[in-house]
Amino acid sequence: MLTTFLQKVLTEADYQPFRLLGMLRKVQAQYQHIPPEAIDSLAEALNIPRTQIIAVVEFYSFLHLTPQGRYDILISNSITDQMLGNDQIISYLSSTLNVKLGEVRDDGLVSLNHTSCSGMCDQGPAGLINGYPLPRLDPPKIDRIVALIEQQTPLTEWPPELFHVEEIIHKPGLLLTQAFNNGDALHATFTRGLAETLAEADLSNLRGRGGAGFKTALKWRTCSQQAATPRYVICNADEGEPGTFKDRMLLDLYADQVFEGMTVCAAIIGSNQGLLYLRGEYLFLYEKLLDVLQQRREQGLLGTNILGRAGFDFDIEIRMGAGAYICGEASAQIESLEGKPGIPRTKPPNSVMCGYQRKPTVVDNVETFLASTHIAIHGGQWFADIGTPQSTGTKLLSISGDCARPGIYEYPFGVSIREILQDCGASDVMGVQVGGPSGTFISNRELDRVLAFEDLSSAGSFMVFNSTRNIFDIARNFTDFFAHESCGFCTPCRVGTSLLKQQLHKIIDGHGSAADLEELSELCLVVRNNSHCGLGESAANPILTTLASYPDLYLKQLKHQEFSPGFDLDATLNVARRMAQRDDPSAHLMQVEN
Amino acid sequence: MTNKIKIATTSLAGCFGCHMSFLDMDERLVDLADIIEFDRSPFTDIEHCSPCDIGLIEGGVCNSENIHVLREFRKNCKTLIAVGACAINGGLPALRNFVKLEDCLLEAYRDGIGVDNPQIPNDPELPLLLDKVRPIHEIVKVDYFMPGCPPSADVFLAFLTALIEGRDPSLPYKLIHYD
Amino acid sequence: MSGTLTIDDQIIPFSDGQTIIEAARTAGVYIPHLCHRPGYSPHGSCKLCTVFVNGRQCSACTFPAADGQKVISTNEDMQQDRLRITQMLFVEGNHFCPSCEKSGNCQLQGVAYHLNMLDNHFPHFYAQREMDASHPDILIDHNRCIFCNLCVRASRDKDGKNVFAIAGRGINKRLIINSPTGKLKDSDISMDDCAAHVCPTGAILIKHTGYQVPIGERIYDHQPISQVACDTEADHDE
Ligand SMILES: Cc1cc2nc3c(=O)[nH]c(=O)nc-3n(C[C@H](O)[C@H](O)[C@H](O)COP(=O)(O)O)c2cc1C
Ligand code: SF4
Ligand code: SF4
Ligand code: SF4
Ligand code: FES
Repeated sequence: MLTTFLQKVLTEADYQPFRLLGMLRKVQAQYQHIPPEAIDSLAEALNIPRTQIIAVVEFYSFLHLTPQGRYDILISNSITDQMLGNDQIISYLSSTLNVKLGEVRDDGLVSLNHTSCSGMCDQGPAGLINGYPLPRLDPPKIDRIVALIEQQTPLTEWPPELFHVEEIIHKPGLLLTQAFNNGDALHATFTRGLAETLAEADLSNLRGRGGAGFKTALKWRTCSQQAATPRYVICNADEGEPGTFKDRMLLDLYADQVFEGMTVCAAIIGSNQGLLYLRGEYLFLYEKLLDVLQQRREQGLLGTNILGRAGFDFDIEIRMGAGAYICGEASAQIESLEGKPGIPRTKPPNSVMCGYQRKPTVVDNVETFLASTHIAIHGGQWFADIGTPQSTGTKLLSISGDCARPGIYEYPFGVSIREILQDCGASDVMGVQVGGPSGTFISNRELDRVLAFEDLSSAGSFMVFNSTRNIFDIARNFTDFFAHESCGFCTPCRVGTSLLKQQLHKIIDGHGSAADLEELSELCLVVRNNSHCGLGESAANPILTTLASYPDLYLKQLKHQEFSPGFDLDATLNVARRMAQRDDPSAHLMQVEN
Repeated sequence: MTNKIKIATTSLAGCFGCHMSFLDMDERLVDLADIIEFDRSPFTDIEHCSPCDIGLIEGGVCNSENIHVLREFRKNCKTLIAVGACAINGGLPALRNFVKLEDCLLEAYRDGIGVDNPQIPNDPELPLLLDKVRPIHEIVKVDYFMPGCPPSADVFLAFLTALIEGRDPSLPYKLIHYD
Repeated sequence: MSGTLTIDDQIIPFSDGQTIIEAARTAGVYIPHLCHRPGYSPHGSCKLCTVFVNGRQCSACTFPAADGQKVISTNEDMQQDRLRITQMLFVEGNHFCPSCEKSGNCQLQGVAYHLNMLDNHFPHFYAQREMDASHPDILIDHNRCIFCNLCVRASRDKDGKNVFAIAGRGINKRLIINSPTGKLKDSDISMDDCAAHVCPTGAILIKHTGYQVPIGERIYDHQPISQVACDTEADHDE
């Protein structure tokens, strides 16, 4: 059984070790875990050390060495899902299915767990079942789901509306409203000329939409000038930053325009192969995207001699992630695409020179490719006329949290936070998280700041909090997120994010004194200043920015004059008390001496 | 009547090795004797700490009694010093952290070889064991740390002289040892 | 490219392809490090070697030396950060030096001594890790592993074997062994492998040799790592 299954999986992957992650995803889906025999067989068939396979399985949240339930339910733990009551959802699931959070039910039918943001913050509380989305969970919906599970109905026979992800666009702008026919951008590019089109991209001053804001044309030009071949185009659709879902929407509704942007890039840099790195949470888009690619091949927009241009061959393969935020970081993504744990590489060399398979590679965000498509059609000035001089064009925002109209909004750069909040129907605002946990928390005193690389930059996440929200719930959720997602490669982030978590919890749990806040601030800087990649560099942002916005709340949270232990002191006697069957006063300890 | 420097010392989950090392100061101790006096300490029979200048804590924290003693020291000592590896990181006694407390107790009082009358003691006079042996800085604020297992007499001397002279103690390279 | 760079006001030459830490070592300048070892491919994970290069923080063990580079390696803040990073390594694992055979010869300890580390500062993680004593000659005590990856590189690049790998994510990192049982005895490691001798800490030890040199007479008992590293590390491998 296993042997024939693995044979099939290996054949589909053409026995290529770099497709390991995809193979393991299939084994996981079939057997609910990666059995030891599968590790042995794959290691042998692919001629890689078994330790590489174990390392990959342990690295990605969606792969397991021990069996999960045949129905594996993951509930999103994004702060917005929390605000929408994911706790109640979990209790309800837990009691109706008779399975504890973090466990597999005895009969092996079902397991229940948390997961980091599942990319549906506009329709939470959300979850995943065997990788497929379950938006807007509520008790009636759960009752239906539970019944289907208990009857062991295969997922394929479940009512499709249970999985239906809505794409809610409240404010389409420059890019989302452009008319587009397949091939428009490629025709324009070929007509104008490759160098000329790159010059237009340059003129547009388009900067990467994935976070870092690197100038796209410069990246493309550098890559095109590398001697080494082949060169690769990678579209980064990992979209792991909690609170962002605009890439999901783009791939759901605008996939052709994204793929066309990749193809324009390929023409310019001289690449024959593109890869779409699709986050595991977007499994529901996979088949659909395969269809889009197939149609594009049939339309002569992918494959050999694209649009009749002799020698311009380019195709795109989709590879899926498996639950690891760090794989959004370009070099970690490349590692992941090579069938390894997603550990960010050392720079230099940059991936533009030494990327996928150590070859020149452009990695760009989904939205960057979408913008490139339209710049190729309309020219650079058209784009540069919008926004601010340093931040041209428009930005897609995924808005979630306390507002009347969560969903997608497209704004010219330079728009004020206040205006955005008015549009989405947010009132009584306490603060806004711009750019997700790795971004910036601003208080309601800073709403005149603007969305732009030179002020508040966001890869797309925009979460609104009203005055009923507790600042510490926010800081804790984000800090825990980073500790959970740290890849563990470098000391300051591996150990530091866990220490940050402990230290913040200590203060939030009321065990803190003034010295603890100082300690926390110091630790923030050690982690920020010494980490290997952007994750560690931004992991302290939630604490640093909430502390800067509401220092008084932190000070009020320091409940002790003197140092107190950071753990529940009395609880450390639980075992001894129980075993000695004691409960007398001297069998207890006070947290602090009175 | 005196303005001698008052020092209190204790051993929590430790082996008195640090105390022995303290005594290794030998004749230098005699010189110190003019300016220091001991409060609660194994060297005296004072049972409770009164306000002191310096508290020296040997050993980590393994039971509820240790917590009370440590707090008494923290309350009374202007300067509290963790002395030796065990106070600093739990040391040898912390090796029991690799075994679940439940299993430790069962082995010691019920299942172990040679246990007669198997029963876990429940006398309220007895201190209860913490789930883990912990270094003292996780329980109280500690002002200084004297590494070593035990810290050498020279380390004691360096620390005490500095404190007596009102300086921040520091150790030259050759005095820093964790073993 | 070759030329000169400055480290803390000292002008030092470098040759083509050298990293900052290599140039520094050649010139007898010590930059604290744990995951770097001369002759091994750069890794850059411990972050002890963090220096400022033209105002930006970089790992000296991976960053290429370049002409005219201004490197700041030692100031109070940086030593303080290094101290904190070292303390992180101490609380992450379980380091009881008095009962460790490596004590006195351990680079982690040596760096800690160099940084004047007197305590662990942070709360301990109380990690539950195992020992692997299955092999007749080589012992692994996972409690002391700092994930420097040197054994991984040694086995892969020097011994051509791939005996070790680092698995897990975040704080759950762990060193794993390439054998059907996961035990060292079933791997193809041998006593002569570089991987058996490269560990900077007491995580990988050769059995029956522990106390040949008595405590108190060991490498870092006599000399700070800042001297040892520049004097002897070079001879080791080249
Ligand atoms: C921890 C981390 C996560 C990231 N996640 C993403 C992501 O999900 N999507 C993305 O496009 N870029 C992400 N990035 C940024 C990428 O490293 C890279 O800069 C980007 O994909 C380049 O494309 P762009 O120039 O079009 O923005 C992430 C960076 C870091 C450090
Ligand atoms: S900063 Fe964090 S995520 Fe980045 S390499 Fe270091 S441990 Fe990994
Ligand atoms: S490995 Fe080094 S630091 Fe750790 S216990 Fe052994 S000697 Fe001490
Ligand atoms: S066992 Fe030693 S060499 Fe290997 S990673 Fe751990 S500390 Fe480094
Ligand atoms: S020595 Fe440079 S990061 Fe470890």
